[in-house]
Amino acid sequence: MAGIEVSALHKRYPDGTVAVDHVDLSIDDGELFVMLGPSGCGKTTTLRAIAGLERQTTGDIRIGDTLVNDLPPAERDIAMVFQFYALYPHLRTRDNLAFPLRAEGLPKSEVHERVAEAARLMRLDPLLDRRPRQLSGGEQQRVALARALVRRPRAFLMDEPLTNLDAELRADMRTEIKHLQGELGATMVYVTHDQVEAMSLGHRIAILNKGRVEQIGTPLEVYDRPASLFCAAFIGSPPMNLIEVEVADGKLRGQGGLVLTPPPGLPRDRRLVAGVRPEALEVTAPGAERSVPARVVSAEWLGDEIIYVVDHSGQRDVRVRMPPTVRFAADAPVGLRHTGGTPAVYDVRTEELVA
Amino acid sequence: MAVSVDEAVSAGPARGRPPAARRPGGRGRSVLEVALLTVLAVVMLFPVLWMIETSIKENRDVYAIPAEFFGFTVTMDHFKDVFVAPDGGRSALSVAFLNSVLVAGASTVLATVLGVPAAWAYSRFALKAKKDQLFFILSTRFMPPVVVVIPIFLMYRQVGLIDSKLGLILIYAAYNVPFTIWMMKGFVDEVPAEYEDAAMLDGYTRLQAFRKFTLPLLVPGIAATAVFALIFSWNEFVFAIFLTSSDSVRTAPPAIAGLIGGTTVDWGLVAAASVVFALPVLVFAYLVRRHLVAGVTLGAVRR
Ligand SMILES: Nc1ncnc2c1ncn2[C@@H]1O[C@H](COP(=O)(O)OP(=O)(O)O)[C@@H](O)[C@H]1O
Ligand SMILES: [Mg+2]
Repeated sequence: MAGIEVSALHKRYPDGTVAVDHVDLSIDDGELFVMLGPSGCGKTTTLRAIAGLERQTTGDIRIGDTLVNDLPPAERDIAMVFQFYALYPHLRTRDNLAFPLRAEGLPKSEVHERVAEAARLMRLDPLLDRRPRQLSGGEQQRVALARALVRRPRAFLMDEPLTNLDAELRADMRTEIKHLQGELGATMVYVTHDQVEAMSLGHRIAILNKGRVEQIGTPLEVYDRPASLFCAAFIGSPPMNLIEVEVADGKLRGQGGLVLTPPPGLPRDRRLVAGVRPEALEVTAPGAERSVPARVVSAEWLGDEIIYVVDHSGQRDVRVRMPPTVRFAADAPVGLRHTGGTPAVYDVRTEELVA
Repeated sequence: MAVSVDEAVSAGPARGRPPAARRPGGRGRSVLEVALLTVLAVVMLFPVLWMIETSIKENRDVYAIPAEFFGFTVTMDHFKDVFVAPDGGRSALSVAFLNSVLVAGASTVLATVLGVPAAWAYSRFALKAKKDQLFFILSTRFMPPVVVVIPIFLMYRQVGLIDSKLGLILIYAAYNVPFTIWMMKGFVDEVPAEYEDAAMLDGYTRLQAFRKFTLPLLVPGIAATAVFALIFSWNEFVFAIFLTSSDSVRTAPPAIAGLIGGTTVDWGLVAAASVVFALPVLVFAYLVRRHLVAGVTLGAVRR
């Protein structure tokens, strides 16, 4: 296993599309690193550049201590799992697994042993004699993972491997991948556009937007203090409420009188927006202490929680996460209160975190 | 039994009308269908039937008025004449058939060998002005052979390819390569590039990945494309008649045409030669029909 170092990566396709503008990543040995971003932000391109399937326009890629810029994919000793599983359709599971090993020219007994081991790890024994089209989506993806495993590569690259699976299977596979990664101590770069997947899998998450890294951090860091308005809107379901605020007599005041605790070191003369998580707000009875008058627009009953959408003067569609025991009817007049700690505050113009 | 159920259900209101006639696929409709198709088939196939009949008639029966459809004396002499010369040696026609097999076969193989990798490259790689290149390649097919045959005749005379099988093979291949590239590109587009990506990560070079993974998946497409190329080369007449003159080089189409035009025409021989000429492509297309249908429809449907 080895770490991966990506510095100043830039990729411009021959048709002029700049898929990756500037990306720096430093992935540790044994880390499960997630690249998260909306479709088209350059995740696949970055991954393919690491794999050697795409040559970057400028920038360096190091795997372990080796500068791999000019190495073909075969010599980078990396395995990749694709969104579309890319199992060879004319080969049985057994041969699909053995394939990369035969390509390496390993002796028969060793091939057999490693295939058996990977099949055991991914519980594929009953499927060994089937061809890909006789396997379900989940099974195909397990085979694809096993095929990545048999080679014992220096790192695993995964490009949205679970996107084609249904929700339940996806949750199972997520657990499985995380477990496997821990077991093997594998370096893994995992690409997804699904923030839930990113949060639940990653040791660290890099959020990409338009070919640039917006933020790198642990799931908690990324959740608590999104580095930009983009990250704030991307992470969390529902995402943060962005509330325009002013600094006045030592408090942050939103329009309509909502009062928040200001973080230290706020700049004075700029337009600011506070990012407030739905769970940092509370819907109360109208007129409760420190609350501002508001109105329930709608409520989503999710069983374990209720997401209230409320309007209060000057601010529409504020989302509030409440326990299922607290019930307000739609259109009911209520109070809205901030209960969390200091919120993240952003400059409206630069869209970046200021405090 | 489906009919009886239907009759039982609709017995009341539908009285007087045969219920089967109203249903798609019912007996009334199928009778009409069969009748129509039969008429069509007879009209369409009449020239072919007439050709086959003529090929097995004595020459005096060929000219009989009114024409005899049945009851003539069957003879295989014409077929014998196609292959055997009057002096007992090989006939000029049989040489022409062998030439046709060689020229059509070799030019198809050449077009496929050149066209398939080109199609793969056009499908997989980002190239400068790719669309313009592809359009240019196709544009070489815009001109019918008869338009370009004179300049090609002059060029061939310069380089000594006139009246040679190699000359025909080259010009047919040149005509088939653009077609092969265009048709095969559709098939290659259908094969996900991830197979090759995965193979390259597994330790193969790009070319090995193509040969080992993409190529086997392209076989139906290659079969379909090759059949079309083969049919073009097999049937081609204009280049053949302009660029070749000696019996030892001529392909079958000009050789058969050459049978017509003397003071007397041996129609029986012409018909027999035509039958022999038509058979190989029919047989070949029949043998690869599964690939042909799968191939043509696969290329037409986008993912
Ligand atoms: N081969 C290519 N040629 C030209 N543009 C491409 C190519 N591959 C991807 N792109 C473009 O580059 C951008 C980033 O693509 P990609 O890396 O696939 O994004 P993601 O995986 O994050 O969805 C997109 O705008 C996409 O259209
Ligand atoms: Mg992608």
